[in-house]
Amino acid sequence: MSHSPTNQSPTNQSPTNQSPTNQSPTNQSPTNQSPTNQSPTSTETPAHTTAAAPSALSAARTTATAARVLRQLRHDPRTIALMILIPCLMLILLRYVFDASPRTFDNIGASLLGIFPLITMFLVTSIATLRERTSGTLERLLALPLGKADVIAGYALAFGALAVVQSALATGLAVWLLGLDVTGSPWLLLLVALLDALLGTALGLFVSAFAASEFQAVQFMPAVIFPQLLLCGLFTPRSDMHPALEAVSDVLPMSYAVDGMNEVLHHTDMTATFVRDVLIVAGCALLVLGLGAATLRRRTA
Amino acid sequence: MNNLPGPSSPPLGDTPDPHPAPAVHADGLTVVRGPRTVLRHLRFTVPRGRITGLLGPSGCGKSTLMRSIVGTQAQVTGTLNVLGHPAGHPTLRSRIGYVTQAPSVYDDLTVRQNLAYFAAILDPGRAAAERRHHHVTRAIADVDLTSHADALAGNLSGGQRGRVSLAVALLGTPELLVLDEPTVGLDPVLRRDLWNLFHDLAATRGVTLLVSSHVMDEAERCHRLLLMREGEILADDTPDALRTRTGADTVEAAFLHLVDEAAAAGRTKESTR
Repeated sequence: MSHSPTNQSPTNQSPTNQSPTNQSPTNQSPTNQSPTNQSPTSTETPAHTTAAAPSALSAARTTATAARVLRQLRHDPRTIALMILIPCLMLILLRYVFDASPRTFDNIGASLLGIFPLITMFLVTSIATLRERTSGTLERLLALPLGKADVIAGYALAFGALAVVQSALATGLAVWLLGLDVTGSPWLLLLVALLDALLGTALGLFVSAFAASEFQAVQFMPAVIFPQLLLCGLFTPRSDMHPALEAVSDVLPMSYAVDGMNEVLHHTDMTATFVRDVLIVAGCALLVLGLGAATLRRRTA
Repeated sequence: MNNLPGPSSPPLGDTPDPHPAPAVHADGLTVVRGPRTVLRHLRFTVPRGRITGLLGPSGCGKSTLMRSIVGTQAQVTGTLNVLGHPAGHPTLRSRIGYVTQAPSVYDDLTVRQNLAYFAAILDPGRAAAERRHHHVTRAIADVDLTSHADALAGNLSGGQRGRVSLAVALLGTPELLVLDEPTVGLDPVLRRDLWNLFHDLAATRGVTLLVSSHVMDEAERCHRLLLMREGEILADDTPDALRTRTGADTVEAAFLHLVDEAAAAGRTKESTR
């Protein structure tokens, strides 16, 4: 282990100094050069190093971030109560709205089990990360030896844990107390619900980059979620829609979330369609998480 | 693996070197924000182990300069070396403590929880838990918030939150502290205590401090001063030398003298054109 050649005593060096992403100071990417840069000395040391490779995911830093997010939520018990209770209350409401037609409740209820976690996690994540961006804590974090992947994974882990509790309660309530008639295993319902929650977290993280205020962040909910809600097959089968809309619904991830729920509802085994649906939802979540990571900038104007 | 040979590398080992390589060295440093050029071809150095004051009126580019040094400012061109690396280099992230003008802490965490989280980012892993606890306790004591350690940051006063933000920057024993207006809104007693802390950090822990302020009386407490105006550096000197050079009694008078001089020089340039 070598130290940087400073006149500081070695005890001042934190062990994290030896980052694997070290760049030589002369290592320069073309993007470091601004067209306005006419300084003759600029070639030796660029002041601009956005091209630094992102730090590798660190398990300790990711779990520390997740624990911090959960600790923040713990100081806000009302939000936790709302997140966990509202889906349950909506399911109870729905059950008695369709009191005379339990078949309808089966269909809509199963779909909603997948949609609730997506919406809640979308809202919570977009507001939480927006706060992180506007309060300056994100800038501070990114000036520390923390990888962007650590931030994203920390949030996904914390809200994922919360989503497990929310989905487990809602699924348990629907299946055992409200008599939701599922042919397949309730565990598969839970799996889809969890992936939906992850997708919601990913979407929330992504759109928070485009919101300048909490007002805007909340408005992104109808913009991002409502079209998917209308097109996902909840109100009418997707095959009955205008062909153009059906094509659009084919590329929206929520359609596959609802499809997956319905597969579990009607089939005892894991069908090929179910596996496809699960993979698509998971893939979309990962893709959007990656896009979300790209919106975290160490350097801002 | 970080050994970077070069003329800027200071000799290893001996701490009280009278002429070590500067902590910050800038040459032709220019920053553009949108249509505006905020910093124009700055050239200056910040010596190691000393307190350098960055003074100038609001909007003169102090914060932009600090963000450039920390590596969070985009559109930076020219040379800017910090602790022997180009600014923003990944290895610098654990060696620089940075305090923004607005306190950047989590309002819905207690003081101790805030510090514990940032400490876990700087020094992760279960093995380091005891060392982290020690660092957190020391940082809270440094900013005199021990009695408020378990209060939510959001329930503290503005000045107290600012000190939590400062305590975060003290974690992990940084070599360079970049403090953007750390004493704004503090009462005189606290301001004196903080300046004592800054001097203590420089003297006993060998920390380099770059402290911005628009309050000129704080300039007298710095070892060196960078006077800024409209994106340019008017003077880079010690407070004594500045007063002597301009024949002024205070740094404030010296600053005003330099501003008038620069304005007059600008007018002559225009009229000769």
